[in-house]
Amino acid sequence: MSVQNWTFLMVGLSFALYIGIAIWSRAGSTKEFYVAGGQISPLTNGLATAADWMSAASFISVAGIISFIGRDGSVYLMGWTGGYVLLALLLAPYLRKFGKYTVPDFVGDRYYSNVARVVAVLCAIFISFTYVAGQMRGVGIVFSRFLDVGINEGVLIGMCIVFFYAVLGGMKGITYTQVAQYCVLIFAFLVPAIYISIMITNQPIPQLGFGSTLADGSGVYLLDKLDGLSQELGFAAYTTGRKTTIDLFFITAALMVGTAGLPHVLVRFYTVPTVSAARTSAGWALLFIALLYTTVPAVSAFARTNLLTVIPGIAYSDVPEWFSTWEDIGLIQFEDKNGDGRIQYTGPASEIENELTIDRDIIVLANPEIAQLPAWVIGLVAAGGLAAALSTAAGLLLVISTAVAHDLLKSTFMPSITEKAELRVARIAAGLAVVVAGYFGINPPGFVAQVVAFAFGLVAASFFPIILLGIFWKRANNIGAIAGMVCGIGFTAGYIVYFKFLHPELNVAAEWLFGISPEGIGTLGMLINFAVAIVLSLLTAPPPAEVQALVEEIRLPDNVAGVRKASA
Amino acid sequence: MSLDPRQVYWRSNLRFLAILLLVWFVVSFGCGILFVDQLDQIRIGGFGLGFWFAQQGSIYVFVLLIWVYVWLMNRADKDYEARCAEQAEAAE
Repeated sequence: MSVQNWTFLMVGLSFALYIGIAIWSRAGSTKEFYVAGGQISPLTNGLATAADWMSAASFISVAGIISFIGRDGSVYLMGWTGGYVLLALLLAPYLRKFGKYTVPDFVGDRYYSNVARVVAVLCAIFISFTYVAGQMRGVGIVFSRFLDVGINEGVLIGMCIVFFYAVLGGMKGITYTQVAQYCVLIFAFLVPAIYISIMITNQPIPQLGFGSTLADGSGVYLLDKLDGLSQELGFAAYTTGRKTTIDLFFITAALMVGTAGLPHVLVRFYTVPTVSAARTSAGWALLFIALLYTTVPAVSAFARTNLLTVIPGIAYSDVPEWFSTWEDIGLIQFEDKNGDGRIQYTGPASEIENELTIDRDIIVLANPEIAQLPAWVIGLVAAGGLAAALSTAAGLLLVISTAVAHDLLKSTFMPSITEKAELRVARIAAGLAVVVAGYFGINPPGFVAQVVAFAFGLVAASFFPIILLGIFWKRANNIGAIAGMVCGIGFTAGYIVYFKFLHPELNVAAEWLFGISPEGIGTLGMLINFAVAIVLSLLTAPPPAEVQALVEEIRLPDNVAGVRKASA
Repeated sequence: MSLDPRQVYWRSNLRFLAILLLVWFVVSFGCGILFVDQLDQIRIGGFGLGFWFAQQGSIYVFVLLIWVYVWLMNRADKDYEARCAEQAEAAE
């Protein structure tokens, strides 16, 4: 069977599975629609959280980025996993204890202010939309490369699938489809990784293969070979870094804190029955995420080694088939500058001019082809990329629809709305959000890709400090919180806009504040948010007694005997 | 007069958080970023130790940290319940 038929089969089967689950798990009430009735088991929620969190970027892009920047890529690995420690220890259990449905619910009640609630809603909607547009784009790329349909048709197909199960099933449908999507995506990521690890190092576990000697019997370690190859071609050694320590520090912190505060991830912890279940569930979630994230750097090193062995110096007429396919879509570009008919792929330190441009996003998708794996593996990878993109898109769409129906209508503007009407609004909002997301997927504003990366900094500078202070400091009040959020997100957004959009020519280390790049500035924004919130809270009246009692209450374990038994 | 169980519970929680977050900071920001070059002098198989922490080790420790916290807090929850029951008895 050809690659394309295998891909149709794999993608078709996985889509049929998602639709089947959606029909089986329809939501009947707002509680089911928003938080799946609050009765999801910690293990199930852990699986769903892992799929919810791991997006097209995790599946497709991260390994590619690390492949090209080597050790500096560690910021993504540590940042996007270390955030779960903060989430599990500092946020999730308390938000679960607080109950209700959303992060703005917590902000609005804890800071007894509808202004704070609306600011939080706007942050949540903005962050979710930028994110979801990126997912839809990812769906489009996979479709156009593997299934021979245009990017636009690909986005439309993806929209229909998400529309179907997000609108029908709400959080309940999304949870169970995400469990299935996790299984598809992790299988699709691990199978080629294991194959390649065995081919290159004779070691079936990629995490170990990555530090083993090569299979050719030379006794040379893979990473030493890769460092040697890179330097020979004029690239920096793979296992050394180029970014400054302070920049690495700030970027990692921004990614960690941003991860911990993402509204679509936090909301998943409202779906488990108890506080203790929320903690356990975070443990499962990170375990399932780590399975992919510890494999990622191995894949990066294998792919880089393969690429540097196969491509440099090869005659253009002899290139492998995958090279031509990706060249056709424009993700590989070759320009024969010295006219010798051979591909020169060199780094900045080489005397020979580089003639090849490779898009980082193709590394994971092309990896099975570069390593000449069987056709079914290639089909599987396509289905895995789609699973990663669709699961995250659905989680984000739910945040948007909940924000509109619950936070804006029910809690702020129309408290008298009936549950039935609220559920209908939530469905309509989810539907509209799918359409808007699809529109941006087909007509991406030029800055989407960049903004997605900065979304973490914006979350770090807005949500995280306010939630943390709300739990751990009773004295934090409404004025401090609102001013903190506004200053934090304002400073961070301003810095990013200044360097990325207004003066991109100034975006070099010498011009940055304290040498911190726009990617890492969210950490400074977070510190500003903390400082403003603390100082203003101390200067103004303390929160009312009932709010302080609420804070006391969310710090305690669930002690209702019935609840505890039900969860055991 | 025994201590307020709520205070005991919250204090032990804060102590766990301080210790676990210190470990979290040391393995990621410490071993993976600040001292990565020094640690790279030590080799384990094909890895420099700093590189290994940055791309593998820190993630394993993160997973462990959450499960240790789960275990500690489940124990603290039981202790809290016992103290509450004790106090209720004493009040009768």
